[in-house]
Amino acid sequence: MDFVQNFPAISILLCLFAGIISSGLKSKAAKYVNTALIIVVAVLSACTLFYVLNTGEAFVYVMGKFPAPWGNEIRAGVLEAFMALFFCIIMLLSMFGGRKKLVDEVEESKTFLYYVLTNLLLSSLLALVYTNDLFTAYVFVEINTISACGLIMIRQNGRTIEAAARYMIMSLLGSGLLLMGICMLYDLTGHLLMSNIKEQVTIIASSGEYGIPLLVTIALMSVGLAIKSALFPFHAWLPDAYGYSTVSSAAILSSLVSKGYIFLLIKIIYRVIGFDIFGASEIIDVLFIFGLMGMIFGSLSAIKENDVRRMIAFSSVAQIGYIYMGIGMGTQDGMAASVFHILSHAATKSLLFIAAIGLTDVSAGSRKFIDLTGAAYRNKWAGVAFTVGSLSMVGVPLFSGFISKLLFAQAAVQVNGKMLPALIVLGISTILNAIYFMKTVIRIYTPIETDQYSSITFKNMKLYAVTLVCFIVLNVILGVSSQPIVDLIGQGLAMFS
Amino acid sequence: MSRLKPQKEYEKTGAFHFFRWLSGSKDPYLGEVEMKPQKEVEITEATIIERMNEKQMIRDKVYDVKHNRQLLFFDRIYVASAILFCVILVGLLLYTVSYLPKTGNPTNPDNNEVSERYIESGLQETGALNIVSGMILTYRAFDTFGETNVLFIATCCVMVLLMVDDAILKKQEVKNDRRYEPKNDAILQGTAFVLCPIIFIFGIYVILNGHLSPGGGFSGGAILGAGLILYVSAFGFKKTQRFFNEHIYKIAKITALCMYGIIGSYFYILGANGIENHIPLGTPGHILSGGIILPIDICVGLEVACTMYAFYALFRRGGL
Repeated sequence: MDFVQNFPAISILLCLFAGIISSGLKSKAAKYVNTALIIVVAVLSACTLFYVLNTGEAFVYVMGKFPAPWGNEIRAGVLEAFMALFFCIIMLLSMFGGRKKLVDEVEESKTFLYYVLTNLLLSSLLALVYTNDLFTAYVFVEINTISACGLIMIRQNGRTIEAAARYMIMSLLGSGLLLMGICMLYDLTGHLLMSNIKEQVTIIASSGEYGIPLLVTIALMSVGLAIKSALFPFHAWLPDAYGYSTVSSAAILSSLVSKGYIFLLIKIIYRVIGFDIFGASEIIDVLFIFGLMGMIFGSLSAIKENDVRRMIAFSSVAQIGYIYMGIGMGTQDGMAASVFHILSHAATKSLLFIAAIGLTDVSAGSRKFIDLTGAAYRNKWAGVAFTVGSLSMVGVPLFSGFISKLLFAQAAVQVNGKMLPALIVLGISTILNAIYFMKTVIRIYTPIETDQYSSITFKNMKLYAVTLVCFIVLNVILGVSSQPIVDLIGQGLAMFS
Repeated sequence: MSRLKPQKEYEKTGAFHFFRWLSGSKDPYLGEVEMKPQKEVEITEATIIERMNEKQMIRDKVYDVKHNRQLLFFDRIYVASAILFCVILVGLLLYTVSYLPKTGNPTNPDNNEVSERYIESGLQETGALNIVSGMILTYRAFDTFGETNVLFIATCCVMVLLMVDDAILKKQEVKNDRRYEPKNDAILQGTAFVLCPIIFIFGIYVILNGHLSPGGGFSGGAILGAGLILYVSAFGFKKTQRFFNEHIYKIAKITALCMYGIIGSYFYILGANGIENHIPLGTPGHILSGGIILPIDICVGLEVACTMYAFYALFRRGGL
């Protein structure tokens, strides 16, 4: 076995160790440990990615000396390694972007806990990405949920506590449904390992013996993960959780936490249930319809919103709707478009959250639209970044959002019956996106004659500005040279089955 | 009754105290124990009105019910729709369960090679008489490491929520600590004096015998934590802090988790690379057997005890 194959396991364990050790460190040391950890994990993931690309096939890694159905296993393919690398990059940038703000928002003596939570969150994300075992996935879903709650409520004001409580209730409901699904699946197949379950599920499905329990299991798992990733009717927890938490938390939650669950769902579809069996069930249509509804209603709520951060949060509901629409199409192309949209949304939404905080800071901390007038002149870097993020969300060429919309449209054309609704809703949603994002961009670029606000220059926000530039570059890379990434995703999805 | 000893000397013996207690002429606790009756909450018209005003204020201010039509509508249909939803879900799940394989049927899908190997060769492969311990700490050790981290992160979250760091507030919390309870409750102290050592020893026994008999790190740790909580509620934080303060708590927690992580990583990585690890399995049934199970049980026990105690202390006064 090659040494590189140890890297996925090592990166998960490193994150857990870093979390444990950080709990005994001072804030400053914890900060350095966190940064170093994310960089190391990113390097390890990149090595894994190159290794897997070279060998051209996924490998499984047995955690311990007992092989598969008895022991735990993790698995790394192209898509897993790429996702891990991408998550690390986004997390690093999000942490950098919110670093200065963190001092104001979190009590000094509790800052080290912030880094503990982040480290463990990263470990759970990596485990969700790499796992080949449903129960391991469940355990790390729990870690993910609890650390996300902590990240929301570490900024101690009434709204965040309420948001955290709401998030916890909804999220635990989702975990409960997922657990029920896993239990039923275990009862039907007698395995917890993904590849073994898939063998058994194929046999069950072809014999038609346990048709109803299998359908309910698929429903429970899909709905459970949909609740956790804020698909449309289950999104009630989202605006407060993203709108009031610290900026790094909002960026991480919107771009990574919900994406981790969606990735797990994709993994379950491919590696547990089987793509064809999932496609033949009615659940896929339900996800499709919920996705379409989310695209419209999320945007409508965002238009009505008068608070810029809550508006961005509601826009997430619409974007999650896109992803589920792609999953709901039931084709390889739709799935590939969804995975690309995971990347593009993660890169854009964290950029928007971080840019928005720069704009509100130079407007005396107010998040109302009327106060944001001319904010882009007071903080030029944030203004440009916000514009780029908005253009990408709307789907203007050159930026990542355009490619994902193009991929969705191309995928939709090939699907019988779902083509028309998908294309129509895609069009409507794009217009709605344009309404609220362009409204904000015009607002922040409207000149205003007043000196009641202070402006900020590059000197006072070097790290912040550099982070924004990195985000913009990431967005443009995703938008301009999308073909290699799309190929990579296709290759990764092919490796799944 | 004739007495051999003079009255004064007799009054010093235990027999005198015992008979005095038996006859009820003196209650040893009277005057020794600080009696602190709980204050009854006064319910007057004013407090009721105040409470109702508060409730109304929350509705008006936080949720803005007057202007938010959606919320008002939502309020009305909420209960009905919640009940309806639950009933539908329960019915659906019951319906599904009726299609699942019947319990105890030997041809069920879950009676397969997985459980067969756990039961048949679990003893040789893990060295643990307690198959459940062997399963969760050897075959599926990675999951259990994750579970332990769930506990760890739960403490972190409670700390985020409840830890008091402001110096003035902290002093106040410490001062208010005994608001509702008497100090040095002799009955509680007497009971704790007898019970605590037994509970500690029993907890340690359960942890150390995790691989031989029912029990293990999680249950033993919970017993230890309960003992600590009993001790602290009987003797107060000052006495507890002599042997278990925040510093020691941190050291114990981090050491336990790190040890678990190191043992676990050693086991996973060596096992995955096909290298034989040098942890002897020992003779099944002996106390020093079971390979990695015993040290991991000790680590998990420490972590669980720390977590239980930390929860109690944080909820009680916002700090250890």
